[in-house]
Order: sequence, then C-alpha cells, then structure tokens
Amino acid sequence: MSPSVPPGGLEQLLATKEIMVFCGSGGVGKTSVAAAAAVTAATRLGGKVLVVTVDPARRLATALGLEGFGNVEKQVPPAALEEAGLEPRGELWAAMLDTKRSWDDLVLRHAPDEETAYRILENRLYTNLTGRFVQSHDYIAMERLFEIHGTGAYDLIIIDTPPTRNALDFLEAPARMAEFFGGRLLRWLTMPYRVGGKRGARVLNVASRPFYQLADRVLGSQFLQDIAEFFLNFQSMYDGFVERARAVEALLHDRRTTFGVVTTLEGAPLREAEFFCEQLSARRYHLGALVLNKTLPDYLLEPDAAAAADVLVADAPTIAGALAQESKPPELADTERTARVLRTVGESFRNFAVVAKREAELRAELGRQPEVVSTVPNFEIDIYDIAGLARIGEHLFA
Amino acid sequence: MPQPDLLGRRLLFFTGKGGVGKSTVTAAAALLAAERGKRVLLVEVDAKGNLPDLFEQAPVGFEPREVYPGVSAMAMRTEESLKEYLKLNLRVPVLGRLGPMARVLDFVATAAPGVKEVLTVGKVCWEVRESIEGRADWDLVVVDAAATGHIIGQLDAPRAIQELVAVGMVRTQTDWMVELLSDPALTALNVVATPEEMPVNETIELVERAREELRVPLGAVFVNRVLPELFTHADEDTFEAVRRPEAEAQLRARAGTGVPAVLDAARLAVSLRRTRAVHLTRLRETVDLPMVYLPYLFVRDAGLRVTRMVADALAEELGL
Repeated sequence: MSPSVPPGGLEQLLATKEIMVFCGSGGVGKTSVAAAAAVTAATRLGGKVLVVTVDPARRLATALGLEGFGNVEKQVPPAALEEAGLEPRGELWAAMLDTKRSWDDLVLRHAPDEETAYRILENRLYTNLTGRFVQSHDYIAMERLFEIHGTGAYDLIIIDTPPTRNALDFLEAPARMAEFFGGRLLRWLTMPYRVGGKRGARVLNVASRPFYQLADRVLGSQFLQDIAEFFLNFQSMYDGFVERARAVEALLHDRRTTFGVVTTLEGAPLREAEFFCEQLSARRYHLGALVLNKTLPDYLLEPDAAAAADVLVADAPTIAGALAQESKPPELADTERTARVLRTVGESFRNFAVVAKREAELRAELGRQPEVVSTVPNFEIDIYDIAGLARIGEHLFA
Repeated sequence: MPQPDLLGRRLLFFTGKGGVGKSTVTAAAALLAAERGKRVLLVEVDAKGNLPDLFEQAPVGFEPREVYPGVSAMAMRTEESLKEYLKLNLRVPVLGRLGPMARVLDFVATAAPGVKEVLTVGKVCWEVRESIEGRADWDLVVVDAAATGHIIGQLDAPRAIQELVAVGMVRTQTDWMVELLSDPALTALNVVATPEEMPVNETIELVERAREELRVPLGAVFVNRVLPELFTHADEDTFEAVRRPEAEAQLRARAGTGVPAVLDAARLAVSLRRTRAVHLTRLRETVDLPMVYLPYLFVRDAGLRVTRMVADALAEELGL
C-alpha cells in the first residue's frame, strides 16, 4: 500500500515467508506462475522449495517429473534444472493434489476406529462427495497444505489453488467445515436416527415432525437415511475434524503465510482480482503480491512506433518501390507483394496497439494494490519446460 | 462437418475453461437468436448476475428481465429455485416452513452431491418444458453453464439423484429432466475454447467424458479468439527480407525510429498465431464435433458492441 516499492520484490517477500498461496480466476495462468515462482525461489533463495499444484497441464507436469498421480512429493532432479541452464542453490520439489486420496487419508486419520472409517469410505454419499464434486477440492487443498507444512520438511511451499466456482471458497472452506460438523442443524437432521426411547421420541415429535414429513415427500426416506448414516459416522470424527479445520485456518492467517493474486489485464479477471485483493485484506490475510500475467509488450504503446505503423499503411507502395530499387534482395523484387506485407505489418501493429492500450488503461485504473506487483509478458511460445518457467520467474522476481 | 442447426433447438448449454470468453459467446448466441426472431431466456448459472454487463444492463436476479429486445436474462439462485419448486409441486402452504427447510437443504447440499446442481438444472429444464407446452414464452433457453471442471456434475445431477434416491417426488421429477436433457432435437451442450494448450486439453477431456458419462447431446465447439493469419508462405519470406538490417535501415529512414517495434509486433503476431495453430490442429484432429471459429477482437471496449461483433461472427460461421 505504500508508494515506495521495497527492493527485491517477490524475491524479498518469499525470503521471509514459508507459504505462498496463488489465487485468481480461471485461465489467468496461476499454475505456471506458481511453478515459475518455485523454480526461481529454489534457484535464487536456496533451501527446500515445494510447489503443490492442482491441475497442471500435462507437459508442465512432465517437466516437473509429476507423471503419475498420488500424493507423494517428488524432487525435481537437479540435473533437470541444470539442463535448463540454472544453477540451483536449493532443491525443487513438486507434488500434485489427489483430492480423493487426501479425503480418504483424512477419514482414516480421524475416525475413532477402523470399522467406522471403512463405513464412511464405502458410503455412497461419501464417494460421490469426494470423487465427483469439485467443491471438495477447496477444503482438501488447504488441509493438504497444512499437513505438508506440519512436517517441517520444506523451507518454502508454493501452492496453486484449485479451480473453484468462487475464488474465495477455499478460504472459507476450513471455517465452513468446522461449522458444518459442529452445527445444530446436523444434530437436528440426524436426530430421528440417533434417538431411542420415549424421551427422544417425544422430542422428535415436537421439534421436527413437519420437517421430516416434508423432507420425506421431497427426497424419499431411503435418501434421508443415507444422509443421516453418513453424518452420524462423520460426527464421530467431529472433534478431530474441527480442531484440524481451525488449525488450517490459523495457518492461513499466520504471518508466515502470504497470498499472491494472479490476473491478466482483461476486464473480468481483473475485476475479480481486485475483489479478491480487497477481500484478502478485509479478512486479514497477508496480501503479498499481485501478478499481472500475459501482458502485451510496452513497445506497442510507443508513439514513434504508432507513427511508423501509420506511414507503413499509408505509403506501402512507395516504400516497397524504394526497397526494391535500393536494397535489391530478390524477395523484395515483387513490389506489390512487399507493399501488401508492409501494410499488413502496419495494420497488425495498430490492432495489437489497441489491445495494449486497453491493458494500460485497466492497469491505470487498478485500485488497492499490494507492495509487490510483478508483470509477466505474454510469451509467444507455450511454457512447458523448466527453462520456460525460469523465464517467467525472471519477470516475477524482477 | 456441416454446422448444426443450433438455434433450432430449445436448450443450449455453454461450458468452457475459465477465461476463454464463455459468457460472451453465450450472450452472443442469445443475441443472435433474438435478432432472428426468437424469444430467448438467457440463464447465468455460476456467477453474480453480471451477464447483463454484456448488454450494458444492470445485474439481474432470479426473476427474468429483458436486457435486449427478445432476450430476457436471469441469474440462478438455488434457494429461489427450491422455493419455486416447493410452491409448484407440494401445493401445501410451505411458506412458513421455508426458512428452516431452505437452511436444511442448503446444508444438505453442502454434503449431498447434486442437490444444488439439480435445483439449477431442474429450473432450466422446467422453463424449457413450460415453453414447449405453451405455458412460458421462450423459444430458446441459453445457459451460461458451469466451467469444464463442473459441467459434468451439473448436467449429470438429475441422473445422480436418480441413483441415490430410489423413491419420492424428487425421483419422479428427475425422470422427465433426464429425458429432456438427452433429446438431441431439444438440447445441446456446447464447448467454448481458445486455441491454447489448457483450454484445448480441457475440451478434449470434456468431450470424451461427456460421451461416456452424460446422455446430453453435444453440439459444437466454439473456438474463440482465433488470431488472423498475417502472411502466406511467400509473404512471410518477404517479411523476413524486410527485417534484414539493410532493408530495416531503409524503412527506418522513411517511417522513423518506431520501425523496429512495428516489425517486432508483427513477429509476435506471427509467433502467437503459430503457437496456437498447433493446438487448433490438435483440437480438430481429436474432437469430431462441428467447429465454429470466432476471431480475436482487437477492440478497446467491452459491452454490447463486442457482444454484437461476436454475434455477427457467429451468424457468418453458422451460415445464418
């Protein structure tokens, strides 16, 4: 928020943090930015750096040595870094998030006994919930981060957040989990299946009969029973779960953790990024950096270049004729062709300049910003190897 | 492959990876249909009711509002959808109980898969059925649906519920939804992509999964933001010759010091196009669906003008 930018930028920031969480709306390049930050941190800062990624492009996963699935962290071979022309001071590790597996681990850890654990793991609702619906990524990504951080094995963990419907979901996930399992509503819903004896039955009659009749008509009693059984089993893990969810939340608020918001300079992602920056600050998370990704080069804004483009478009035939006479390469003998190419070059510049201006305007309108703002250009090639990540990293750390 | 008669159906879903312009393409399809005389309901499923931005109109809620002549827009709210469902189906005075019921459902939805999804898809299907039976005005319902990662869960929800719920009213209700969603004369799921690595990967995976797991018929792939081809092969040789130091020096003498930047920009345009062409080819070779190509728009503004430009491009591509 201060106008003076501290020296070092992202490098300085990462040197003082243990966790960096990258977030932003879909398609802005979070995964590449997270991986690039990790590569560069391992190279420049040293120590053990881990990047945890949710859904990397296949070629990127391959580059990081993440071919198979599973929750295991793997070291990127130092030779792979050296081949990319890097001289790493530290180690680079990478892991992919296996949602289903992480949930299973969590259940096995918190269930009171093996039988309950397996009853949960085999419950139809559970398998649906964890396997099919991506919302369950939200919580488990943060849970996994907590788990890995707790091992103390890494100096720096960089995590790329899962694609969520709402970019803030994952932040609320731990609290929501705790609320969910601690809620009165859960007890109420499972009541008819918990209570026995007269007293319980009477409570049921008084408190919830109309609701159950209604729910029964809408959902069918078998479904309600499935839900209740699932919750009853899940409730046996309540204490462990809630404690855990609170700890996860505390870690996200910890001063060792910082957040990076990634965006492109396009209307919708940028609005979301701004909203996200505001929300992070309002909720007292540490907003460390804003990454403006895939931006067009500055030279598109140069007045000299715009003037040159105008001349090329307006005087293409004259210039083509002059080129054919004066420099005489065989490719320029066909003046009509040369004129067409020059005009196209000029027009293409104008086209891209329009987009670059739009980007510049959006950038100028940016409101509240963190101290570190990194700009990463739109590379003309796809980045899918460590050398490419290092190129992104140079801009990130610039 | 011939272009499908998309606008002749009753229900069009649009999905795609985040950032590919899914909402813009959806809005453009709605606009185009309206300009061809259809009464369109445009449903925004995921976001915050901002879809009317694309028509330069204020946000909408659950109640449809006209945002363009012939296009009414609504934002999905599952709680509202539930209220409406209960009112229509239970025919009991539920208003008093809706508070706790909605809370419970919201809560169940957190854990029970598909509840939110079915309320979403259910409302959409309901509008289509009502209009087929002449009780609602829509000729076409266009849905800015969930992104590629969520769309299977969303559209498969009625079937998932069928599997989970053996009896009861929900079970009966899902039967007709599944039927409507599987009818190729009525429904199509379209994918919006850009010619870039991840959007293409996700499109390929989605089409595979949709064929295996969904009964919803696939429509077309809308390839958005296709960069223009600047040069033919011969033209490109000429371009390379122009960039050589001697020629560049002469250009600079005539067009000023900005020449190198202008040439760099053209080089960038050529490379970007070439990198994307690889993905486009991969998409074409892997996915056997009709492809609808929409150009990259070099424009400064957003809003209705852009939506109309995309609609015009759509009309041209679809031969309308």
